[in-house]
Amino acid sequence: MSPWLVGFSVFFGYPLVMSAYLSFNHYDLLSSPRWVGLANYRYLFTVDPQVWTAIKNTLWLIAVMVPLQVVFAYGIAMLLARAKSGVGFLRTIFYLPALAPPVAATLGFVFILNPATGPVNTILSHLGIQGPLWFQDPAWSKPSLTLLGLWGVGNTMVIFLAAVLDVPRHLYESAELDGAGPLQRLRWVTLPTTSPVILFAVILGVIQGLQYFTQAYVAAGVASGQASQAGDVTAGTLGYPLDSTLVYPVLLFQHGFTDFQMGYASAMAMLLLAVSFAVISIILVNSRKWVHYGGAAR
Amino acid sequence: MSRTRGVLALLVLCALGVAAVGATAATAKKSAPTKLTVWVGWSARELSVFKKVAAEYDKSHPNVTVDVLGSINDDKIVAAIRAGNAPDVASSFNSYDVGIYCGTGGWIDLSSKLKSSGIPLSTFPAATNYYTQFGGKKCALPLLADTYGLYYNKDLFRTAGISGPPKTIAELTADAKKLTKFNPDGSIKVLGFDPFIGFYENTPERWVTAWGAKWLDSSNKAILAKQPGWSNWMTWLKSYVNWVGYNKLVKFQAGLGDEFSASNAFEVGKIAMNYDGEWRVAFIQAEHPKLNYGTSPMPVANPKLYGSGYINGTIIGIPKNGKHEAEAWDLVKYLTTNTHALAELSNGLRNVPSTQKSLTSPELTPDAHFATFLKIFGNKYSSTSPITAAGVSYTNAVQNFATKWQAGKVSNLGSGLSKLDGQLDAMVKQAGGGGVP
Repeated sequence: MSPWLVGFSVFFGYPLVMSAYLSFNHYDLLSSPRWVGLANYRYLFTVDPQVWTAIKNTLWLIAVMVPLQVVFAYGIAMLLARAKSGVGFLRTIFYLPALAPPVAATLGFVFILNPATGPVNTILSHLGIQGPLWFQDPAWSKPSLTLLGLWGVGNTMVIFLAAVLDVPRHLYESAELDGAGPLQRLRWVTLPTTSPVILFAVILGVIQGLQYFTQAYVAAGVASGQASQAGDVTAGTLGYPLDSTLVYPVLLFQHGFTDFQMGYASAMAMLLLAVSFAVISIILVNSRKWVHYGGAAR
Repeated sequence: MSRTRGVLALLVLCALGVAAVGATAATAKKSAPTKLTVWVGWSARELSVFKKVAAEYDKSHPNVTVDVLGSINDDKIVAAIRAGNAPDVASSFNSYDVGIYCGTGGWIDLSSKLKSSGIPLSTFPAATNYYTQFGGKKCALPLLADTYGLYYNKDLFRTAGISGPPKTIAELTADAKKLTKFNPDGSIKVLGFDPFIGFYENTPERWVTAWGAKWLDSSNKAILAKQPGWSNWMTWLKSYVNWVGYNKLVKFQAGLGDEFSASNAFEVGKIAMNYDGEWRVAFIQAEHPKLNYGTSPMPVANPKLYGSGYINGTIIGIPKNGKHEAEAWDLVKYLTTNTHALAELSNGLRNVPSTQKSLTSPELTPDAHFATFLKIFGNKYSSTSPITAAGVSYTNAVQNFATKWQAGKVSNLGSGLSKLDGQLDAMVKQAGGGGVP
């Protein structure tokens, strides 16, 4: 048996099959699973009062944060590709946030965006602007998470930078000879040539968006002021404020590891798998219209 | 003859030597201590108090060594039980999850051990007996109890011309408004009182006792919509939040220190009155011993309820598949029923001792602030929250509703509570594995 097959079976195949099996069971982690048929799925689709909120929050992040991250990372990569001096320094500066652990980065953002004591609102107040409540306001919590996401796009930026620098120079020269300006060169040369990398970044971003957890979990706990207690009931603060950061994986975690309903959490995981598969399939099918692989086979 | 004597003497010496070695070996074997692992939720100063009591047990029981690990929560306990490496003894701050531990058998039923040890259930007060059982199983015992009351800053009271603590909700509201001071820009400087759900110890279950509201009917169905106490409490809460201003409150709270730190808002005088547990007495003593404050029962909506409060507490049990069940039980028995141990813990943690006998132990250090909570604990109207198969998610669902309500996100309270009742019943059924009702 090849090592790959062993790895695939142990780390992917078995957990997947078990999740599918457990999704049809009542399983509280401590006693043996008990078959309940479709009860978990019925509860998921017809009763759970938080599941649609969690789906909406996750979709918001995918629809707003992921495109912004791709555009922002691409924009920085374009600027860095054109930089004439201090290139190494600038690349380091823009990449550096990606090295910050997500928990530490989130803690930092909650601190600097604290509406009462944070430096951002303090500066805004000196300018005569009343800053928002950021992570404490349901209308601003997801935009705050988006800011955090944009700050940490270093990895995507580096990939884009490599792709942009890899665009053959002669294509630009030909375009220039044909009278193409900077925007036309971007539209007709850079974007098509780097489109496979953009597709990669979009798919990666969507998958990360569907699995978005750490930042939402930490931000909710810290902003609610309840994260420091070992025995604290975490589920009471998940999604703070007002379920606005309750993304699907956080709800799944809550049901599985706080409420100890692993059978139900498995049903949620199967739905997430199905949705992920569907979304990625749609993107891949749609990508045929805008991704150019040059002369290579797809 | 002398040679024979010499041989005999040598044989006797050898026999004595063998016997001595054998005895030493036997003693060594007998005294090899069993290592008992104990997981508790306490940390920092509180953990050291628990360790001190555990060390006393350790010292008087040479057959065991007690290894205490702090900062534990229920996630870790359940994960350890699943992985087969659970501690011999586990303690949780979260009595709400007794329904899960008992229902699943994650913690063993202690009924037979209590019986064989001659410990009647009447050893423990009724409320603590309630939150340590579920489904006919007694899978936990109370390890100190928590009661909640009002802390008030006497200096701020004097400045505002208030002579004593409020006893009714109307007095609480009036005093809170008198004590609240705003900055020139309209932000809060000092808040009279903060009932905001989610802030520090404010949860629905701790508040509705002041209105005498019940949770369940006789068939264990949620009756929040049918109990006027629930809607009356929420209406008052919304009205108070509106008076202060929701956004102002949120911003004010964001700038306050952590609850369990020396920057606690009450301890530093940012809040004049606070709803808190009895343990705050010890925190204030350790962090701000000069704070001029008083304690009293929480103000109530119905005068006959004055003196009562919410009761909850730390629980302790023996996870299943433990390797040292007998030794673990002996330790649990000591920690939960030994009057000296409970008094030591109570003095150090300023938690309420959780047996009838220890409540009046002469070893308890007298403290006027703390005495308030002992009285609340003994009040016949003091109550606790329901234990269900849904565990902590049950009360969290109510809290979730209350936070939406106080933010003005629920348009109709009556229909909202009715819907919540349905959700709670569905949650309990789902947790039991039955699916949709």
